[in-house]
Amino acid sequence: MPAHRSIRDFDWLMVVLVCAICALGVLQIFSATKDTRFAEAWWKQAIWILGGFVALWIGTLVDYHSLLGQAYVFYGLALATLVATFVLGMTAFGSRRWIGTSAFHLQVSEFVKLVVVLLVARYLSELKGEELELRDLLKLASLVGLPLILVMIQPDLGTALTFVPILGVGVFLAGFRWQYAVAILVLVAVAAPIGYWVVLKDYQRARVVSFLDPNQDPKGSGYQVIQSKIAVGSGALWGRGVTKGTQTQGRFLPVSQKDFIFSAFAEEHGFVGVIVALGLYFLLLMQIVQNAQTAPDKAGMHICMGVAALLLFHVLVNVGMVVGRMPVTGIPLPLMSSGGSNIVAMFLMLGLVNNVRLRRFVN
Amino acid sequence: MKLHLGREDGQASANQLLRDDAKFAAQKIAFFQYLTVAVFLFLITGFWDLQIRNPEVYQERALENSVKSIPVLAPRGKILDRDGRVIVDNHDSFTLYLSRENLKMEHLRPIAEGLNIDYDGLVARVRRFQSRGAPQYQPIAIKEELTPGELAFVDSHKDANTFPELEVVHVQHRLYPRDGLAAHVIGYVGEVSEAELSTPEFANFHQGDVIGKDGIERQYNDQLMGVDGQRRVEVDSYGNERHVLDDKEAIPGKNLQLTIDLDLQAVAELTLENRRGAVVALDPRTGEVLAMVSRPAFDPNLFAGRIRSKDWKDLVDNPAHPLMNRAIQAQQAPGSTFKPIMLLAGLETGAIDDNFHISCPGGATFYGHFYKCWGKHGTVGLHEGLVHSCDTFFYNVGNRMDIDDIAHYAEMVGYGHKTGIDLPHEAEGVVPSRRWKIRTQHEKWFAGENISVAIGQGATTVTPIQMASAIGGIAIGGMWFQPHLVPEVHLLPARRGEVNLENVAKVISGMYGVVNEPGGTGWRARLPGIDVCGKTGSAQLVSNSAIKAGFKVAEDMKDNAWFVGFAPRDNPEIVVAAFFENGVHGQLAAPIVRDVLKAYFDKKARLAQPQPQIAHVPTDLLHQPPTLPVSSAAVNQ
Repeated sequence: MPAHRSIRDFDWLMVVLVCAICALGVLQIFSATKDTRFAEAWWKQAIWILGGFVALWIGTLVDYHSLLGQAYVFYGLALATLVATFVLGMTAFGSRRWIGTSAFHLQVSEFVKLVVVLLVARYLSELKGEELELRDLLKLASLVGLPLILVMIQPDLGTALTFVPILGVGVFLAGFRWQYAVAILVLVAVAAPIGYWVVLKDYQRARVVSFLDPNQDPKGSGYQVIQSKIAVGSGALWGRGVTKGTQTQGRFLPVSQKDFIFSAFAEEHGFVGVIVALGLYFLLLMQIVQNAQTAPDKAGMHICMGVAALLLFHVLVNVGMVVGRMPVTGIPLPLMSSGGSNIVAMFLMLGLVNNVRLRRFVN
Repeated sequence: MKLHLGREDGQASANQLLRDDAKFAAQKIAFFQYLTVAVFLFLITGFWDLQIRNPEVYQERALENSVKSIPVLAPRGKILDRDGRVIVDNHDSFTLYLSRENLKMEHLRPIAEGLNIDYDGLVARVRRFQSRGAPQYQPIAIKEELTPGELAFVDSHKDANTFPELEVVHVQHRLYPRDGLAAHVIGYVGEVSEAELSTPEFANFHQGDVIGKDGIERQYNDQLMGVDGQRRVEVDSYGNERHVLDDKEAIPGKNLQLTIDLDLQAVAELTLENRRGAVVALDPRTGEVLAMVSRPAFDPNLFAGRIRSKDWKDLVDNPAHPLMNRAIQAQQAPGSTFKPIMLLAGLETGAIDDNFHISCPGGATFYGHFYKCWGKHGTVGLHEGLVHSCDTFFYNVGNRMDIDDIAHYAEMVGYGHKTGIDLPHEAEGVVPSRRWKIRTQHEKWFAGENISVAIGQGATTVTPIQMASAIGGIAIGGMWFQPHLVPEVHLLPARRGEVNLENVAKVISGMYGVVNEPGGTGWRARLPGIDVCGKTGSAQLVSNSAIKAGFKVAEDMKDNAWFVGFAPRDNPEIVVAAFFENGVHGQLAAPIVRDVLKAYFDKKARLAQPQPQIAHVPTDLLHQPPTLPVSSAAVNQ
């Protein structure tokens, strides 16, 4: 791969957008953790971001076709690691999501997302026909469903659900009869109540209830939503200023450097800040989609669109939760929320998008 | 869609297929773009709703969350005795408040259970605050004197997620002397009542304010009470203060120095023991109250927080009325202590003269009715009449006088009117006269009634403070100063009686005899080296005729014992009145007065002695600036 191409064709706009979003994130983490025991989180985050750019670069190095070739190997590894988390994993906040020592640990499921993106791209790009057959769909759904269930029973419903849009968008792009879609919707409509009472755990049910009516349970999950809405609303047009938000600074917002970081951001930077930040995410998404459009092949397009679907889902669910329009699922806001695994995994995926972009002229 | 094709080469056809695939997806990708736009619009409308359409609602709720108003209670002023010794102090304690800015009624039950507070009482209290329309920032005190365990409970439950309305405030609580020492003088504090809030005096007060309820605490509430401050602080979700927004400091109340002498007060308390009665000691030259005791007493510390309803009920239902200050409220027949006043009145009006004497065979008959004397005194003149407290003598004096003249002199010494002492709820007693009888009983006066009045029976009633003031005024030559507990308050000018000092001297001579002459009824008040004058009194609660008729005298119907005494005979400095219920005879009250007088003169003698000097440092040395010799100063430079 000649050097001139890698420098010139690199998606510099994406890098600028990512830098801007990450900078807002670091600033907000600094503000949200000021004078708390997490006060060093902002520079840790900055180091993770630097590491992320290395990951982004690594993600572009190897031709994504060879990565796709190993997709099933990655898939096998991912399943093995997920099972290993059950055996070796650390329990934190009541669920087993991390592997490693207490000083350095990885949230395995973050990287499984990447594997799912590769898996879906590989599977769909190998299909011959114009439309997706039901048989293929079921096969793919089972392949995605296995890690999904493993993550769900950690239990981490939020992350598990992020696999669904990857699959959904992939299937949609691959071509799918609308009759099937209707059938699946009906199936979901029937299965949802059963799932609600049988599969969901109490705390998850509580989250659903509190999403539907936050005031009914003001001390549990509802409390988080109410406090988040108060934080967002009190930010008004211009915000209350960095380190000036009483909801954030007074710890009324739960985990304001992680899942509710956008709430803290909205309080301190107001509607104007929100428009800027969401604008950056929107441009980033459009940039990824543009890379999908210019992808040299189906597989490349599926990779880009898988990443786009994942990112859109994250933004929708996380930011929607912040304004009370989505249930509390506990998934982070990519690139802003404090947390190493999430950052590195996201940068790796953006590396893949770049990987596709860099090879759009190559055959 | 603009697809930039790369170099065309031999593999073009294979690539064409892929590109076609990608092209096929172009519409679907466009659909995804629209979906993305929709998602972002959906999110932005969420922010629009919260941040642009009604941010005020959320700003207010953020404020409710994070801002707490904490009362800064002004400590009440201390109450000191005449030597500056502390009688009433304050002590540090913690009071639990409910902040009303973020109060939730459904929290009251767990809070009441956690802190062992009566739930119904708590709810009623919160309702009362809300109905009075007290300002929202004013929190409600719900428990005083928190124990460490209760503090720990509050500390672990006051976070935003549990009971953010809980607030512990460091306060200064009243600390009263133990065992009810001077309780009636001091009074007590309590929360302002509904009824008081409707009076003009307390119009500017709020529900929950602590005010003086009785005694000095009530009388001088304005001085003792400071001005409460308020602190508005920003708190975090754990209820910890983050910073202070607004700090209005409390202005502490002013200390109040009383005329009470704790040494005398203590002696008076001890010597009255547990008898139901009162002791008052005054300086007749100024009206300063040196000691004032009432029994039974109560413990004002019960009121220092909010008094429990059971304690309050016990006090109110007690038949002995411990809350009553008998020194200023007990209205009792003066009995024989009225005789000095009768003697003075008789001499002044000319009803009797120096040569007047009667014969006492143990009583006398007036208007066809026999009046008994307590003894057989033979021939009795002015002096003996008083010394032996001969009833027959004074029956005759009364018989020679007009009731309105007797009333005139009784009122001259201060009976029938409030003395004006600076304590609330003083009683005024009764001085019977023609007008009084018409007014109260719609009957005219019968001359026969004079006979009982002459020995301090009948309708006449006085309070211990009136008696001390009355006799003290006679002792200094017919001048009456307004009794008071706080010096330099606006006092009424002293009243000078229109009396002949020679007649006064005769009365005083008789009172000297009561204590110091053989056969004097007040011999128990004698003090070696001190010329004590005084008069006993045994006020009947049941008439002698009723006893004769077989009326069984119950314990609580026995005669009340009085003694009033002053010293020294020339230039008196102190007058003491002692009274106790069912004491049988005034002789038994005399030792109380003697003990108080002795304490007064012992202290005076002690203070008059030259103070031993511990170390002698010449004062000129202390004030001389150290001077260095000129030479050494030069060397230093």
